[in-house]
Parts: sequence; structure tokens; C-alpha cells
Amino acid sequence: MEYFERFAIPHPSPAIYASMVAIGLTVIAIIVGLTYFKKWGYLWHEWLTTVDHKRIGIMYLISALLMLFRGGADAIMMRAQMAVPDNTLLDAQHYNEIFTTHGTVMIIFMAMPFIMAFMNYIVPLQIGARDVAFPRLNALSFWLFFMGAMLLNISFVIGGSPDAGWTNYFPLANNEFSQSVGTNYYLFALQISGLGTLITGINMIVTILKMRAPGMTLMKMPMFTWSSLVANVIIVFAFPVLTVALTMGTFDRLFATNFFTTSDGGMDMLWANFFWVWGHPEVYILILPAFGIYSEIISTFSGRNLYGYKSMVGSMVIISFLSFLVWTHHFFTMGQGALTNSIFSITTMAIAVPTGVKIFNWLFTLWKGKIVFTTPMLYSMLFIPTFTIGGVTGVMLGMSAADYQYHNTMFLVAHFHMVIIPGVVFAMLAGLHYYWPKMFGFMLNEKIGKWTAWIIAMSTLLAFMPMFFSGLDGQARRMYTYSASTGFGLWNMLSFIGAIGLTIGFILIVYNVIYSIRYSPRNVGSDPWDARTLEWATPSPVPYYNFAKVPHVISTEALWDAKYRQHDLFPEPYEKIHMPNNSGVPFILGCIFFAWGFSFVFGMWIPTILTTIGIFICMAHRSLEKDPGHYVPVEKVKATESKLRGSQL
Amino acid sequence: MKKSWLRLIGLSTIVTMLTGCDPLLVLDPKGPQAQVQAKDIMLSIGIMSFIVLIVFVLLAYMLVKFRASKQSPDYKPPHIKGSTKVEIICVGIPVLIVAYLSFISVESNYKVESTPEKYKQEEPLIIYASTSNWKWHFSYPEEDIETVNYLYIPAERPIEFKLYSYGPITSFWIPQLGGQKYAMADMVNTLHLAADLPGEYMGRNANFNGKGFAENTFNVTAVTQDEFADWVKEVKATAEPLTEEKFNTLLEPGHVGQSTYTGTHLTFLPAPEGENGGHQHGTSHTKDHASQQNDH
Ligand code: HEM
Ligand SMILES: [Cu+2]
Ligand SMILES: [Cu+2]
Repeated sequence: MEYFERFAIPHPSPAIYASMVAIGLTVIAIIVGLTYFKKWGYLWHEWLTTVDHKRIGIMYLISALLMLFRGGADAIMMRAQMAVPDNTLLDAQHYNEIFTTHGTVMIIFMAMPFIMAFMNYIVPLQIGARDVAFPRLNALSFWLFFMGAMLLNISFVIGGSPDAGWTNYFPLANNEFSQSVGTNYYLFALQISGLGTLITGINMIVTILKMRAPGMTLMKMPMFTWSSLVANVIIVFAFPVLTVALTMGTFDRLFATNFFTTSDGGMDMLWANFFWVWGHPEVYILILPAFGIYSEIISTFSGRNLYGYKSMVGSMVIISFLSFLVWTHHFFTMGQGALTNSIFSITTMAIAVPTGVKIFNWLFTLWKGKIVFTTPMLYSMLFIPTFTIGGVTGVMLGMSAADYQYHNTMFLVAHFHMVIIPGVVFAMLAGLHYYWPKMFGFMLNEKIGKWTAWIIAMSTLLAFMPMFFSGLDGQARRMYTYSASTGFGLWNMLSFIGAIGLTIGFILIVYNVIYSIRYSPRNVGSDPWDARTLEWATPSPVPYYNFAKVPHVISTEALWDAKYRQHDLFPEPYEKIHMPNNSGVPFILGCIFFAWGFSFVFGMWIPTILTTIGIFICMAHRSLEKDPGHYVPVEKVKATESKLRGSQL
Repeated sequence: MKKSWLRLIGLSTIVTMLTGCDPLLVLDPKGPQAQVQAKDIMLSIGIMSFIVLIVFVLLAYMLVKFRASKQSPDYKPPHIKGSTKVEIICVGIPVLIVAYLSFISVESNYKVESTPEKYKQEEPLIIYASTSNWKWHFSYPEEDIETVNYLYIPAERPIEFKLYSYGPITSFWIPQLGGQKYAMADMVNTLHLAADLPGEYMGRNANFNGKGFAENTFNVTAVTQDEFADWVKEVKATAEPLTEEKFNTLLEPGHVGQSTYTGTHLTFLPAPEGENGGHQHGTSHTKDHASQQNDH
């Protein structure tokens, strides 16, 4: 009996039962649908076993959008609870679980796959490659991420969600104070998806360094590729720290070690240090690719080259370096003394300088341009003012004596939402609209798109600006309720209205996708925006081998050169193309990892051992297997190309 | 010095007017440390608004001036690499601003980490502030008394809080007297505060520590030094002694109201400082209590 109690939901409520039913029905509907339309084979051969970076990118994209709605549902529940004083919509435990999963899902399972989607889809195209360096490993990365995400998402129906905050500070997260299995889910979900991210980091670095088209020197790489390179270097240095921290946390919870306990020599601040040595670089892993996307979009729709290319690259390299030197600003209040705080205060504020350089470079890219307001451009233009507010409040937080008053308050919450939403989410939505025709061969509706962009931007301001005030008025973050006498009511009500606006905006995006699938004209051609970089030199949608002939590059703007400077982009003749084979192993390994994580969460040791053996069998299978890939013969390439391009080439 | 005070007052009245009636707590300081912080905050708001303004103006200018709809169809934007002059300005000015703010920040750090200048000649009152889920224990070792969930302090006298925790990390925060600092299980942190005026202030734990977090608050009453002495006398005459058993029941997780005792728990359960510190030691004294909590 005790055994089964661990699987029970600790807080049974109608909402949870309703979601269980909804999940059950969805799963049944999917299974029935696939069977009815005889799509099992298609699903397996075309998607689950694919090693094509573009398809993997699209799978990341779909996951990210789904998780956006999962995290968004949490957000709206939280804001609804806070909208009026003494509200009883949620109880404390429920609220704690919701803000924990909200933060974790949004950062790890929404923002991360969103940037991974674009890195996977765009980088090989932008550098003129046919795939990433290790295609099969890339599939494994995706499945590890996906299984990690699923593991966290089943937590609220089996055993209970984590409730110690997305920062998961020990000793609060230890058995003594967090008794449900929720935190185990957190540890394993992050561990499994983190492994996937680390593998992607290595894969992308090798891809970018080794697989560029002839002529593309490092300083001729498009800005998005540069930003991805820098972000992946940060990944490779930062994620091992997370791996170690999560492992130590797991040992504390499951094997009674004392790394982070309150006794026996445990050190609670050690967790905070590990967490932020990973966590601060993590925010730059998210923001740099977003900056890359903005650079591409702003340059395209200004009809101009990117202003200050070199200082853009330089500032990213400096940011990546500084991002490892500021982690202590997340706990200025831990009592490390004036000297330490002073040092980290200065390094923190220093990051604002290279960030400012980028903002000014974008502004000067507009200068003497020919600005066209498409949806992606609108998002980028709304990003600049909103992100600036988020950025300057970061500088304010960086003054450590003043941070004693901001820390742990709504002011902080306002800051990081004002950088992450305009910075990362707007960029991803801009990228979504920008790259949609490349991915799917038709445009998203511009009119709906622009309405959505305005609604989302205005709602962001309405949802988060009031928090600056309530924070300065003494509202701590993560309080599930407050009394009317505090005077926080007005701010929180405004914020709730903003949250509703955001919800409407996100629903409009779905509407736009559905609307455009039905009504948008097809065959928009390979280069609908009059863009400048190599990814737009492929037909849309892109054939699985990307480039029929190897492109040759002479500047950062390969396609622009070909279009307007008579540069012959594809001087090489057709040749047979070597492509990797599909494989089911990454998916199977992902599933085993899921089972491994699940059995660990509940401390079921026999399945844990069996799945561990399974993992090693998969790895051994890969080591012993001979899979030379296959060649696409010249005739087939020619046939595909003439079908896709007509007589263009 | 005078000028920045004027600016502080000016800006805070603007903020106050903007927000209706009551001033925001943090910008309504009642002690020297909170004043340093409020001043830094107002100063940085001023400088940062200036930067925001520049970006907004530049953006508006570019968007109005270089819209495609306002240009001839055959206009071809030029290829512009960048310019060293522009770059020097774009890096130089932010560097100067950051350098200035760093200077202010470092200066303030030393201020908030030490006894307020104003009350240097006064002997600081030492109060041990410890937390257990979800309450605050305030021990006055010199006065040999202890309170739960409320603080009595003398105004115009520096207070040295010694912070630690019986459990998760908490953060001791009285917005109008000064910013927060963490209380942790394995070490004692020191926070220097002082109140300029007698009054009632809000205090709370600002760091999330589980279910009872929202209500993890305490009242602060600052009184004149004479009133404080009277209060101590009265407590000594009327309050019950704090026994080890009583304290152990207080340590159990849950909310309790305010209460007052003679004697402090420091006598039978010393704070994790000096030889009782946590990092280097095998077993800290909190251990027994931690495991007791677990049994419940
Ligand atoms: C101009 C550059 C920036 C500066 C100077 C800055 C400064 C800071 C500081 C000092 C804190 C800690 C405050 C506290 O805990 O009291 C903080 C928190 C945070 N920042 Fe920033 N920041 C900057 C940019 C960014 C960017 C670009 C992102 C994300 C893409 C970001 C995301 C966050 C997050 C998520 C937190 C809060 C984490 C938490 O405690 O849950 N920041 N920032
Ligand atoms: Cu940070
Ligand atoms: Cu410590």
C-alpha cells in the first residue's frame, strides 16, 4: 500500500482530474487517428527515426510551442490567484508547484528547444552544409530533450510536481522539507534533457567549425551562425556544472549523502553557487541566438548589411566570457561581504556595455536603410524598446547595495521577464514568421501576424511593468497570497489583465497557423523576403540534402552577392551526395532514458538496473554497428531539383 | 551631496505622485541604510531613464526617417561597414556610466555592510534573528530575553542582526530600514540596520521557504531608547522563561502567533558561529532538531 501511495497525486483537485482525463483522451485520439489513417509507418519512417536536421528542428519547434502553452497555463493560473487580495483559487502547495513548473518549463522546455529549433534548422543551411556533423547524435539530443520534458510533465498526475522553485534551492529541496517525489522529477528531467543539450553543444561547434562552405571564413559567417557558435561554446562550459549539481542533489535525496544538507558538513550555499554558475550563462545561451535572429531580420528588412559586424562578433565573445564571471549577483545577499559584492557588481554592470553595443548596431543598421514593416520586423522593432527597459533594470539590480532591496521581490521578476520575453520569446516568434516559408513553403498571414505582435508587446508591458512598483512597495516574489492592507492589489490586477492579453496573443498565433494552412498561397518561391544569407538559396521547402551543389561564398551575405553582384554561388557541377541513414536507436534510447528516469524518481531499483543495462546495450550496439550511410545518385538529385525549382538552375 | 539629496526628494515626489497616495515602501526609508539604498535606486533610475530615452529617440528617428514607404522605389541602401568614431562613442559613454555607477555601488556596499556612520558612537544592540519554518525567533542576548514573530528595537541606535536558520534559507527583510540578507543553517550573517524614527515597520522573510512562506512575516516596532528599556524591564518581570522543551516545540513547522520569553535559546542551542559553525564541522547542533522535525 505504501508503495502505491508514492504514485498517488498528493493534491487531488478537480483541475488535476480534468487534466488527467484530457491527457488520456488526447493519447487515445492520437492512437486511434494514427491507426485509422494508417500513419504509423509514416510517423516511424519519416519522423521518429529521422536524422535530418530540418525535421529535428521542426520537432523541436512543435515541442517548444506545446510547452509554451503548458507554461502559459501555469502563468495564467498564478496571475489569476494573485489578481485580488486573499484569493482562495489555489492553496499554497498548489501555487508553489505551479510557479516551480512554470519556471522550469519555460526556461528548460520552451525557450531552450525554441532556440534549438532554429539552430538545428538554420545553421547547416546558413553555412552551406548538408547536415550537422553528427546527424544521429543530433536525433539523440532531441529525444533526450523530449523525454526529459515528458518526464517533468507527467509529474503532476503521478506522484506530484516539484515545489521548491525552478532554482530548486537546497536545503528546501531536500527530503526533509520537500517530501513528495516532485523534486526527483525535477532532478531527472533536467539531467536527461541537459545531456541532450550538452551533446547538441558539441555537435554544433563541430558542425560550424568543420562544415562551412568553401570561402566562408569565420569572419564571413552570418550573424546567426556566429551567435549559435558562441552560445554552444557557453553550453559546453556551463552544462557540465549543471550535470554535477543535479547528480549531487540526486545523491542527497536518494542516497542520503550530505552535500547540501543543514548538518553533517553539508553546505547549502554550494547549491546556489553551482546552480548559478550554470544559470547565469544559461540566460546568455538563450539570448545570444535570439540576438542572432534579430540581426538577420533587421538587416533583411532594412535592405542593408548589418552595421558593425565585427563589433557584433566581438561583443558576443565578451558577453560569453563575462557571463561566467557574474553568477554571484544572484545571491549578493548571502553574506559574502562588501569586497566580493563589489567585484561582482562591477562585472555584472560591465555586461551592459557589450549589450548596449549590439542595440546601437541594430539602430545604425536601420540608418539609411529601406525599412519594410513585415511581422518579423515588427517584433524586432518592438523588441528594442522593451528589452532596453529590461536591460537597464538589470544594471539597477547589479548595484549590489541596492539589490538588497530588489532581491527576491517582484522587481526582479519584472526585470527578467522584461529581458526574456522581448529578448527570447519575441525573437522566436519573429523567427517563426520569418522562417516559416522556408520550413513549410507558404507564408503566415501578415495581417494577423502584426495584430498579434502588437497585442503581445503591449500585454507584456501591462503584465510586467506593474511588478516594478509592487516590488519596490515590498511585495516578495513567490507569495501565494497577500492581504488587502498591503496595497498590492491594484498592481496585481493590472498584471493579470496583461497576462490575459498575452494569452490572447498566443492563441492568435495558433489561429494564424491554422488560418494560413488553409488560405495562404503556396509556392512563395525560395526567397520571399529578398533576404541576404545562404539559407534562402535553397528551394522551399528544402530538399533533404539541402544543397544540390556545394555553394561558394565570398562575403557574409552569400545570397545577396549572387543576386546583385553577379557572384556565381554554385560553380560546382552535380555530384552524387552522401547522406546518413535513418535510425530508430536514438528514439529507443530516449524511451529507455525516460523509463530510467521514471524508475529513479520512485527509487524502483530493479527497473533502474534493467534500464541502465538497456542504455549500455544501445551504446554498444552503436559502437559495433557499421552504417556507412548512402549515396544519392546524380540523376536523382537532378530530377529532384528540376521538380523543385522548375528551370531555375 | 546636497544636490543629490534634492534630486532624491524631487524624484521620489514624482514617483509618489505617479503612484497615487502612499509612497512605495523601499523609497520611503526610515533608517540610514535604507536611505543609502533608496538614494542609489533613485540615482540609477535617473541615469537609466536617460539611456532609455536615447534609445527611444534614436529608434523613432530611424523608423520615421527611413521607412520604405517614404522613399523612392529605386533607392538602394548603401553598404556601410561601421565607423570607429561611432563605436568609440557607443562604447565610451556606457563605459563611463558603468564606471560611475560602479564607484557609487562600491561605496554603498561598504556603507550598508557596516554600522551606520550617523550612529557610530552608539553601542550597537545585538539581536540574533533565527528562523524555523515559518516563524522568526529574536534573541536579545544582553537583555536575556527572546521574542517570537515581533521585534522591539530602540530608535537612533545601531542594531546588529545575527541571522541564521533552522532549515531552509530565508531572507531577513525590513524594507523601510534596509535591504535583506540571507539566514542559513550553517553560518551566521550580520546585518547592520538602524531606525531614525520610532514607528511600526513591516518585516518579512523574502526568500521562498515552502508552504507557509506568504505568512512568514514579523512586526517591527521602533521606540525611544527609554521606552525600550522599560519594555525590557516589563518583559523580564512578566514573561515566562524559555525552556529547551518549549523551544523545541516552537521549532516544529507551522505558524504561531507572537510570544515573549525571558532567557534566550542561545544558552542551550548556540548559533552556528565560531566553533559551532557549520562548514567545517561534523555535526552541527541543529542536527537533533532537524531529525526531530522529520519524525513528525
Ligand atoms: C544588461 C544585462 C543584464 C544585467 C546587468 C542583469 C542583471 C541581473 C541581476 C543582478 C540579477 C539578480 C537579481 C536578484 O536576484 O536580485 C538578474 C536576474 C535574472 N536575470 Fe538578468 N541581467 C541582464 C540581462 C539578462 C538577460 C539578457 C536575461 C535573459 C535572457 C536575464 C535573465 C535573468 C533571470 C532569469 C534572472 C532571475 C533568476 C531568478 O532568480 O529566478 N538577465 N539579472
Ligand atoms: Cu545573472
Ligand atoms: Cu554558510
